[in-house]
Amino acid sequence: MSLYHRPIPIFWWLERRSYLVFVLRELSSVFIAWFVVYLLLLINAVSGGSAEYERFLDRSGHWWVVAINVIALLFVLLHSVTWFGLAPKAIVVRMRGRRVPPRLVAVAHYAAWLVLSAVVAWVILR
Amino acid sequence: MTTRRPPAPEPFLWLLFSAGGMIAALFVPVLLFLFGVAFPLDWLTPPDHAHLLAVLRNPITRLVLFGLCALALFHWAHRFRYTLYDGLQLKRFSVPIILFCYGGAVVGSIISAYLLLRV
Amino acid sequence: MADQITLEVARYRPGLDTEPVMQSYQVPLREHWAILDGLTYIKDHLDGTLSFRWSCRMGICGSCGMTVNGDPQLTCATFLTDYAPGPVRVEPLRNFPVVRDLVVDIGDFMEKLPTVKPWMIRDVDSPVEEGEYLQTPEELDEYKQFSMCINCMLCYSACPVYALDPSFVGPAAIALAQRYNLDSRDEGAADRDDVLTSPEGIWACTFVGECSAACPKDVDPAAAIQRYKLTAATQAVKNFLLPRGAR
Repeated sequence: MSLYHRPIPIFWWLERRSYLVFVLRELSSVFIAWFVVYLLLLINAVSGGSAEYERFLDRSGHWWVVAINVIALLFVLLHSVTWFGLAPKAIVVRMRGRRVPPRLVAVAHYAAWLVLSAVVAWVILR
Repeated sequence: MTTRRPPAPEPFLWLLFSAGGMIAALFVPVLLFLFGVAFPLDWLTPPDHAHLLAVLRNPITRLVLFGLCALALFHWAHRFRYTLYDGLQLKRFSVPIILFCYGGAVVGSIISAYLLLRV
Repeated sequence: MADQITLEVARYRPGLDTEPVMQSYQVPLREHWAILDGLTYIKDHLDGTLSFRWSCRMGICGSCGMTVNGDPQLTCATFLTDYAPGPVRVEPLRNFPVVRDLVVDIGDFMEKLPTVKPWMIRDVDSPVEEGEYLQTPEELDEYKQFSMCINCMLCYSACPVYALDPSFVGPAAIALAQRYNLDSRDEGAADRDDVLTSPEGIWACTFVGECSAACPKDVDPAAAIQRYKLTAATQAVKNFLLPRGAR
């Protein structure tokens, strides 16, 4: 019997919007890795003394560094939003023997995000 | 209890991926916004050197930042590995991909530990 | 409302065609007609050679899954009027070999399904005289959602991981394994673990989530898989850290 097997195009994720969003979500990991590199450069500059820290601040103002960071921020936000959206599917929380509604678990994640962001901003800006 | 296979790496890699995804989702947006966008564009005044140095010398900061760097790198390693497998259909090169991704995460974690201890 | 709508149907005649070709048919556009009614009209009045599968016509047998305008759908539960003025593209389910026209080979799923042992497993069956195994409504709620699966395979059709690697156990089979794992009367979780935690099992899933979006019965296979990942990973850590007796 001659069965027909549909070939899969190399860029199969361009065929559906949801597949494209999925691949963009997965690519956010590259920008998270970039952030780690950027953070390590900052830490290195701070330990190198006040002059080196100033140089880091100057360099971070270059238009292309800002451009990379703006794109990275958009991808990182995509990561956070999709992550908090999907986490309640894996994490089942029980209180007094009853399952906490997944929506509430998601709300708790957003609350934690808000509080931790505020704490980090306070530590840095205070 | 049935006899178990030797522990496969996948559950542990997935846990590192998940922990990294969670810590990155919580901490990266605010840090990247401040140091990557808000300070460079003068929306906010960057903290002075002495203040950042004091913050970085606090052992709790170092611990949190090390956890963030190492776990976020393992998050990248795991996700990027599967992105190459599926997105570009490169599963046949799984051995070099695994070495590059997780190897990169291990090296990156060691560098983060070194830089944080040196502050 | 126009009284006709065009169905563009994928035709594949093994031995004659090397790949499917699209053929257009005009069918009546009636308010309560599903895509399946349109196909039946073609078969009865226009072209008796068209092949497609169907059985119950009420969304429970899971036979009439096809790709409608690019989306996996049960054709008995998808209405022509929702696609007016048309044309509507009807193709076989993606990710399965096509036997003829809209009929796909479902052998792969039929072989995989029993490997996850989707039935009640007990260490010791209690005697019939003791009556049924009792269960509270809360215990029922734990797995009820996953028991709604009708094996229609729309989730496999939506899953890019399965498309790229057909050895993947797949959404429905894993969701059905979880349907029994989460049942308070079942004691077979350890028996299912080997297949579920194999490289072709849960770890192959990258949580695209399209299986859950495609499901006509609101089963959430993606959630079933992620939950089992967490269960399996927690168990792996326990096995690693704790001595044998304490697990």
